[in-house]
Amino acid sequence: MDREDLLSLYRQMLLIRRFEEKSAEMYALAKIAGFLHLYIGEEAVAVGAIAALRPDDYVISAYRDHGHCLAKGSDPNRVMAELFGKATGLCKGKGGSMHLVDEPRRFMGGYAIVGGHLPLAVGLAFAIQYQKHDQVALCFFGEGALPSGHAHEAFNLAALWKLPVIFLCENNRYAMGTPIERGIAVFHNVAEMARSYGIEAVQVDGMDVLAVRALLRDVVARVRTSPAPYFVEARTYRFMGHSMADPAHGHYRTRDEVEEERKRDPLLLLRQTLVKEGLASDADFKRLEKEIGGVVAEAIRFADESPFPDPGALYEDVYVE
Amino acid sequence: MLVTYREALNQAMREELRRDERVFLIGEEVGYYQGAFKVSKGFVEEFGPRRVWDTPITEAGFTGLAIGAAMGGLHPIVELMTFNFAILAMDQIVNNAAKIRYMSGGQLSVPIVVRGPGSAAHQLAAQHSQSLEAWFSHVPGLKVIAPATPRDAKGLLKSAIRDQNPVMFIEAQLLYATKGEVPEGEYTIPIGQAEVKRQGRDVTIVAYSKMLLLALEAAEELARDRDHRIDAEVVDPRTLKPLDLDTIVSSVKKTGRLVIVEEGWRFAGMGAQIAESVYREAFDFLDAPIVRVTGEDVPMPYSRPLEDAAIPDQARVRAAVRQVMG
Repeated sequence: MDREDLLSLYRQMLLIRRFEEKSAEMYALAKIAGFLHLYIGEEAVAVGAIAALRPDDYVISAYRDHGHCLAKGSDPNRVMAELFGKATGLCKGKGGSMHLVDEPRRFMGGYAIVGGHLPLAVGLAFAIQYQKHDQVALCFFGEGALPSGHAHEAFNLAALWKLPVIFLCENNRYAMGTPIERGIAVFHNVAEMARSYGIEAVQVDGMDVLAVRALLRDVVARVRTSPAPYFVEARTYRFMGHSMADPAHGHYRTRDEVEEERKRDPLLLLRQTLVKEGLASDADFKRLEKEIGGVVAEAIRFADESPFPDPGALYEDVYVE
Repeated sequence: MLVTYREALNQAMREELRRDERVFLIGEEVGYYQGAFKVSKGFVEEFGPRRVWDTPITEAGFTGLAIGAAMGGLHPIVELMTFNFAILAMDQIVNNAAKIRYMSGGQLSVPIVVRGPGSAAHQLAAQHSQSLEAWFSHVPGLKVIAPATPRDAKGLLKSAIRDQNPVMFIEAQLLYATKGEVPEGEYTIPIGQAEVKRQGRDVTIVAYSKMLLLALEAAEELARDRDHRIDAEVVDPRTLKPLDLDTIVSSVKKTGRLVIVEEGWRFAGMGAQIAESVYREAFDFLDAPIVRVTGEDVPMPYSRPLEDAAIPDQARVRAAVRQVMG
């Protein structure tokens, strides 16, 4: 194990965690509006998986997309400015929390119709193969998207045409407030859904960033060298409510359950590994906290001081002229 | 040269497939079957299965795939066996194709053509006989084209394929076998340009797709009437969005009277929008209220006399013209 490597993963997860916590604060202050879905608890999935990619590989996500966007390397200032609806945001304030896009970093967007972006991911993989390139397309979605027709049509086409797409299911066990047992017939093993299309499928502990990265390195290498879709179920948990509209536990799960899951906090697990291996000390974590605190504070300052879009921008970007 | 509407579409796609490697055709039965209506005849033989993709019957899936492929740098042509099946892909078309450019603040674009036959044919019943162009025209981010002649079909399809935006290209099954003159060699027709198909002084008739042919026949009939001769000007918008209002308004300013013919349902139809736009731009030039001829507000019945009753015919267009003439 390499100290700098592991600290870098920890740093990325910490950035997402503190960024999300600050976003919640800004929501309470009405600096951020609309729907806001926090990624707290699921950081190891985005960070571990994207760490296995090349910069030119595609990533596409659903509406809980801040973590994927930051892990792909987007500037926290411009992500926060987008949440604030400012002209300096990634999408000039036109997308918002659920529709972050960073094309130069091949972050192809957050999409907010559940299941609707899986065919887009297959299309990106189609374009890769058509152009005889060797990228992969990594598609994040929640388990709530699995029963949708869009998902199954996407699985079938990807498998039929052997396209280089990785379907990464973030199984946090709740589709909004509906537990997986009440929404998916094969809830005990959702990978079976992909296997029924002949897609290779595996599970991974989505709280363990090292396990996620190790698995994805293997999967990405396979998909890149012999293109065919792959399905990964990352078992994870969201520590907060579905959105800012509901509390962490709500009526659909107990406080005890949330507290129990928090014992497997992905940041805590990596920190324990670092300490156990003698690779990092409290001083290292304090230094990282301070650094990330500064990054997030700067993102808030940048977003806050940035101008709102000019009303004249309303009709810009509807069409390519 | 004299070619059918079907051949004109075939030529347009063939030329664009030859011109640009990024262009490919995808849809049900477009390859080895040669297209359900034989529009893609000979393509898989010339271009191979890498450029001509037969799909399973999954409109949402393959339309979404094509949108993703467009985001990834390609220029897909999606053939819908009929435009009725666009309803299955509506989320992909409306929520993804139309909005991705805007939501991304101009970072991404979706250069895609979705084409196939809309409107009624002969007794195909309710689920296979409808004119949905008003649905698509309602959505910011989409362009909508509904050509009536082989020349327009070819020139506009080539423009649509070269456009950087999502274009809904609505053909008509009953037009496929119709013939018309198409220029020799390379040409395109700009999106968003109407054309005056028949010059006239007394009244303007706006009609598109199949209804253009009906309007032209009606105009000839009205011009032949010795006792009450009416000289109608017929304008084909060709593109429904963006609509070339200028050409329609100039005609209305000349004639002072307007009849709009469409096959789609009356309520919230294309004609309602065109009428509103003309009232706004040229109210003072109108000598009579605008009259609309539309399909009836019912699901399309199967039985022939009922189907005939549901769709505009030449007699109804002539009656509307006589009504607007007062």
